[in-house]
Amino acid sequence: MSDDLIKIKVNQKEIQVDKNLTVMQACEIAGEEIPRFCYHDKLTIAGNCRMCLVEIEKAPKLVSSCTMPLMEGMSIITNSEKVNAGRKGVMEFLLINHPLDCPICDQGGECDLQDQAMYYGFDKSRYKENKRAVDNKNMGPLVNTIMTRCIHCTRCVRFATEVAGVPELGMLGRGENAEITTYLEQSITSELSGNVIDLCPVGALTSKPYQFKARPWELKRTDSIDIFDSVGSNIRVDSRAEEILRVTPRTNEYINEEWISDKVRFNYDGYYQQRIDTPYIKENQKLSISNWEESLKVLKDKLKTLKPLALIGEHVDLETGYAIKKFMSNYGKDNVECRTDNHAILESLDSYRFNTPLNDIENADLIILVGTNPKIETPIINHKIFKAYNNDAKVFNIGENISLNYKTEYLGESLSNLNNENIIKALKKSTNPLIIIGSAFLNKIKNIKTLKSIFSYADKYKVITKEKNNLNFLNPYASRVGQLIIGNTTNNLCEPFSNLKKDNFELVLSFGSEHIADEQFNNCFKVYFGHHGDDGAMGSDIVLPTPLYTEKNGTFVNIEGRPQEAKKCHNPIGSAKEEWSILKKLSDELSFDFIPNTFDQLRSELFDKHPILSDYHEIIVVENSTSITPDIEFEDCKAEYPVSNFYMSDVISKNSVTMAKCVDEIISTPSLLEKSA
Amino acid sequence: MSGNHPGLSNNFSRSGEKFSWSKDNLRSIKNIISKYPKGREQSAVMPLLYLAQEQNNNWISIECIETIAETLNMPKIRVTEVASFYSMYNTRPVGENLVQICRTSPCWLRGSNKITKTICKETKCEINDTSDDNKFTVVEVECLGACSNGPMVQINNDFYEDLDEESTKKIIDNIKEGKPNVIGSQKGRRSSENA
Repeated sequence: MSDDLIKIKVNQKEIQVDKNLTVMQACEIAGEEIPRFCYHDKLTIAGNCRMCLVEIEKAPKLVSSCTMPLMEGMSIITNSEKVNAGRKGVMEFLLINHPLDCPICDQGGECDLQDQAMYYGFDKSRYKENKRAVDNKNMGPLVNTIMTRCIHCTRCVRFATEVAGVPELGMLGRGENAEITTYLEQSITSELSGNVIDLCPVGALTSKPYQFKARPWELKRTDSIDIFDSVGSNIRVDSRAEEILRVTPRTNEYINEEWISDKVRFNYDGYYQQRIDTPYIKENQKLSISNWEESLKVLKDKLKTLKPLALIGEHVDLETGYAIKKFMSNYGKDNVECRTDNHAILESLDSYRFNTPLNDIENADLIILVGTNPKIETPIINHKIFKAYNNDAKVFNIGENISLNYKTEYLGESLSNLNNENIIKALKKSTNPLIIIGSAFLNKIKNIKTLKSIFSYADKYKVITKEKNNLNFLNPYASRVGQLIIGNTTNNLCEPFSNLKKDNFELVLSFGSEHIADEQFNNCFKVYFGHHGDDGAMGSDIVLPTPLYTEKNGTFVNIEGRPQEAKKCHNPIGSAKEEWSILKKLSDELSFDFIPNTFDQLRSELFDKHPILSDYHEIIVVENSTSITPDIEFEDCKAEYPVSNFYMSDVISKNSVTMAKCVDEIISTPSLLEKSA
Repeated sequence: MSGNHPGLSNNFSRSGEKFSWSKDNLRSIKNIISKYPKGREQSAVMPLLYLAQEQNNNWISIECIETIAETLNMPKIRVTEVASFYSMYNTRPVGENLVQICRTSPCWLRGSNKITKTICKETKCEINDTSDDNKFTVVEVECLGACSNGPMVQINNDFYEDLDEESTKKIIDNIKEGKPNVIGSQKGRRSSENA
């Protein structure tokens, strides 16, 4: 590809770069830092802040480097007097109307304008006129606005239009009257809206819940994983003492790029509401406070006589899952179930994960959504589908006629609409088709032949080939893929939960699964291991407090089969104990075989048993399953979506005040998109 | 620049009445859109804003914006951005006659101040204001491109040039009485020939 390379000079240093880059990108490759406000790699180029001025030999004036394409032999100078003077001039203009309120600004300490003013700003203003003041705008319950601070870089406007796919933000007026606002000051209706807070280079858009809470240099930063959907977005948890004060994204180009969903960004206030902080035992139909000694003694006695079943919830990490499996193996087989939603699978990994690597979704030219609503189940995947849509991919939808932020062709309710002639025609024409089968159908499949038929169908229409597997299965739960890999499930491929021979079990251990409150278990003795008091805990006979994912180390496998680690941020609340240590104690007393003494031993034993899980950040590689059944036959099942309310999909979010506000202000008021469509 | 200028405010309001295109306008819209390549229909937003303004008593209401967005299949905020950018689109109701007085240097050197004073006195309203009888809205604007015939004003779609206090008063009086006015130079010049 030497044709694409050209020679240029940056500060007299000769380098070879791709000719399709801009001057700014070339300077970055050469190691020169260019100040900027409006330019952002993930957004289109605007070129309106003028901060990135550089000198180009033979050009009469300074040039904005973010908008300038490269040319052969170009000589760029980034550190001359002229460049500095130009940038100082731009900075002086930017600061004319910017208020001097850094001491009370939430962005203080992590503000691009503040940092760059240190290099290019003057110590005093030459401007004698009044500064302008701008009314604050409503952007909903998550984004706080102080619009006087805005420097009109329009990053937020471009983000809303190009990434979030909700063209609701805009810049009204011009010159001194320019203002950023949402249409008629309505709330932003995107599930990714919180990202405008990170994008804003000044303090104009800040986080409402984090307002006046902390300064960035006071915070402890812990790397973690978003467990509120199955994408496994990389997050950074910022805490002070024993409290989490905010959650921000970590860049991972393979998964979440630079974005995270509003749920994980803002539901952290729910981490501390309704927490189970001490063991409880039911006495006279009422849960009363107990202690570890007493509750474990009761549990141990029950475990001696009753036959147990373990249910695994949606936030359980791999190490815990492995400990549960090990503990339950003392009682025989088929007594652990993570598919409490009746998720149908085949044995192989590629029948329950998202087989296309997430950053390849945008290359698809045809996407068929089958019983999934990616907008509220997995907003990050929805963004990737939106990218493909903008690359002219056609999107079909089967199931309910859901409203998404891009156009879909709706084909009907039933799974058999996969045989619709429009789809067949499109599939035959397409070079890179992609199918996403969602939980709405997977949880309803009664005959395993249907699932096998889906594979044959994908094989027939070249969705699965030797090189690629674009038949994807999407469920919204962070724990699911990992738990299935380590085999925490029963041998029923379809309807595993309904098929549990419930009568045989007399004792149910629920690890954060609310399904323990289901009627089927009314006659069992119920033990709930969890962190939030909800239906599951209320209906149980013993409630044992366990830590939240931010209070312990744990491994999660994301939907595409990529193990990642969530690290411990602070100590557990109350007297919560990690699940594995409770099980360790119980098995010691029951004289079961349970070797690990420490968490690290447990983890290394897990990795010994399942070496594929030890390769953090890499997708697990498996061979493609292809045609399994000769004839294609789809049963008739009605779609039932696993998530109906994005802001209230799990016990933690249900306890978050911020999420409750979102429901009030965003969902309850009719969406802009619905009206304009 | 004053934020009160009806064309320079960022605050739009509802008229309270449904806005739907007249038959004539629907025909013109079809014609206008056909001038742009397929898929680029949104380029017609500016001519459509003019049509809407004409049909809606010379101002753009939120209803107008929503109708235009629907007609061109584009986000409402994008229409709002355009309408708020240009001073020619009025964001609030104006009087029957929108009097735009040029105040840029050439007109000002020829005495536009006096014209402004006369107009304000005769119409009984301040700059950026609407008269009580809703007959006039008076605004000051920058150059309207008739510098050689200054001072000049634009009333609705017509230019009145070579003004002095007397001729200005007459024009306003004629409008009040419903009498026709001579359009263009008030000194009998043809276009901008030598005086």
